[in-house]
Amino acid sequence: MKHLLSIADLSREEILEILDTAVSMHEVQHRDVKKLPTLRGRTIINFFFEDSTRTRSSFELAGKWLSADTINLTGKGTSVSKGESLRDTVKTIDAMGVDMMIIRHMASGAPAQIAQWTKCSIVNAGDGKHEHPTQALLDAYTMRQRLGDLEGRHVALVGDLTHSRVFRSNVLCLATLGAKVTLVAPATLMPAGIGDWAKADGIELSHDLDAVLPTVDAVMMLRVQRERMSGGFFPTAREYAVTYGLTKERLRLLPDHAVICHPGPMNRGLEISGDAADAAQSLVLDQVSAGVAVRMSILYHLLSGDQSGEGDAA
Amino acid sequence: MSTETRPTNTTPLLITGADLAGAGTGDLLVVDGRIAAVGADAADEAPEGAQRYHGEGLVALPGLVDLHTHLREPGREDSETIETGSRAAAAGGYTAVLAMANTNPVTDTAEAAERILDLGQRAGYVDVHPVGAVSKGLAGEELAELGLMARSRARVRVFSDDGKCVHDARLMRRALEYIRSFDGVISQHSQDPSLAGSTACCHEGELSGRLGLPGWPGVAEESIVARDVMLARHTGSRVHVAHVSTAGSVEVLRWAKAQGIAVTAEVTPHHLLLTTDLLSSYDPVYKVNPPLRPQEDVEALREALADGTIDIVATDHAPHVRQDKEHAFIDAAFGMLGLETALSVVSTVMVAEGRMTWADVARTMSTDPARIARLTDQGQGLTVGAPANLTLVDPDRKVVVDAANSQSLSRNNPWHGRELTGGIHLTMLRGRVTAREGLVWGATA
Repeated sequence: MKHLLSIADLSREEILEILDTAVSMHEVQHRDVKKLPTLRGRTIINFFFEDSTRTRSSFELAGKWLSADTINLTGKGTSVSKGESLRDTVKTIDAMGVDMMIIRHMASGAPAQIAQWTKCSIVNAGDGKHEHPTQALLDAYTMRQRLGDLEGRHVALVGDLTHSRVFRSNVLCLATLGAKVTLVAPATLMPAGIGDWAKADGIELSHDLDAVLPTVDAVMMLRVQRERMSGGFFPTAREYAVTYGLTKERLRLLPDHAVICHPGPMNRGLEISGDAADAAQSLVLDQVSAGVAVRMSILYHLLSGDQSGEGDAA
Repeated sequence: MSTETRPTNTTPLLITGADLAGAGTGDLLVVDGRIAAVGADAADEAPEGAQRYHGEGLVALPGLVDLHTHLREPGREDSETIETGSRAAAAGGYTAVLAMANTNPVTDTAEAAERILDLGQRAGYVDVHPVGAVSKGLAGEELAELGLMARSRARVRVFSDDGKCVHDARLMRRALEYIRSFDGVISQHSQDPSLAGSTACCHEGELSGRLGLPGWPGVAEESIVARDVMLARHTGSRVHVAHVSTAGSVEVLRWAKAQGIAVTAEVTPHHLLLTTDLLSSYDPVYKVNPPLRPQEDVEALREALADGTIDIVATDHAPHVRQDKEHAFIDAAFGMLGLETALSVVSTVMVAEGRMTWADVARTMSTDPARIARLTDQGQGLTVGAPANLTLVDPDRKVVVDAANSQSLSRNNPWHGRELTGGIHLTMLRGRVTAREGLVWGATA
């Protein structure tokens, strides 16, 4: 395993290995001295072409706690037809001899393209509306902490699916781990071709959150950006909250053992009520905490796993 | 470029034993830049000292005419010039191309149109006919000087804002009404910008959903095609649908033609063979507008070309320098090369697989594009007295496309590495050989 571009790159065994290693990494987080020598001498670039606070600091901490040298770079989006191409930009950094680039980009597919152009390992830290594989892995980690094995468990993903890279990675990850997935959203926030997609991958679709909630083991609420309203995806925030929000009333429909996830940042009062976000069943902060451990595990598996010159051969 | 292997142009030339555009085997006599005799008795009429050229095993077509080419000059001479694009056209069997107006500055005046005509003549590989913009600066607001372009030396008859859709229905109506007096035609880039905006870069469907790429639904094309055929009926003017890409557009065209509406349509070679699933690797070489569609659409386009619902093949040759393609997929430039591979693709998909004859190729790649553009000395077929614009095709040759081996300045070639059946052997413009086996010769060679 050289890159992590998509959850589709990972087998069930590889996912479980990452999640198991993350358990021991998680213990480090609670020590006074958090440093492990594992990646000493390795260089990791956090190359963020799109703003991010949480994901970037999570990756940075993960690298630092494994003793890698980490550098943060911010890219200026795109400079089409003027100046450098994206290929030139990343080849320049690659030529300095770094071991890994962690890429956040507003364009879907950019990390996959960069992996074609460079020699170092590439980790997708979120690309446009495509994927956010490390988020899906930490979501799986968090859910497994509470629910155990996800095989046969029922997870509902609710909200703005069209614009969500978290959804796209989660749906692949959950399927690989054997969970049953139901997508709940208004038709305008379901991705193009979802009918064919759902049929091919055995996913359920629903527009009725009340009917789905009593059957789930976990419900993941996805952020609905308020600017979507101007795009006419739904009429008003009020209508959305009443129809698809995890309101205080809807909390009662959840089975007692079921958990609530949200990749953040939350729109309290829109897709998730304050009562739901702060409920005992809510894993929102556990997700953030797990983020560093899961990313440590990913860096470890990509950089210290096989050093037999795979990078040179590429 | 070597000139030693070039056949001379001054002596009469007798091409023997070629398949004459599917009309049986025969000879072709070229004298003084015109076809002097065709068929069995051509050899008898050959004057003393006529050069003989063995056409056995080859197919003779009237010189190909491309209704839809981007030559990038003026403005982006780093990606293509009128000269290099003309060379690519000659190498691809073309004797005339229509150069789209979306250059910088835009071809929206008589002076700009004449300049392109002149540069084309100076290069001398093919006839270069400028397409005029429909609206000033392609802004979609005011009519460009359509009449002055039509009256100019360039005799512009095809008008297009290609790259952009003339989406304002009132402007489209006025343009259609206006061009009728000089028998013009509007070539429409059918894309409703409110359904498929400027970021839309992937056929909207399951794959765009999975890849998280902004989708370009078929209905954004079909709704404009439907509107335009009704405007054509209302105005009595000619509308031409550029690069048809969906089965739904084919349905609308079939209906419109059955009503006798003056609509014509083109399909590109890439929409006849390449499908949307090529985008799964986010390789920008496959980024094109309209986007590559699913196999069902490709099948419908093939059938429509074969049955005449789609009139012609046009390349939409769209060269781009490397740095404009080597961006994230959504940021990369739209378009792919097409002039040098078009005949091979059509030969592979339509002829070798039995959907069309060589006579159909002559019709869809020469006669009808010339007729739509109202060109007077192109596309006249292999008839006595016509200018000797000829393309000799080796129908059985296996061509493995090599992007490095191109007359174009650019290398955005989606066919690289593919094996196609059928290749260009020789191209002749008014009796003068402009290309043979990959070598090209212009006006001064």
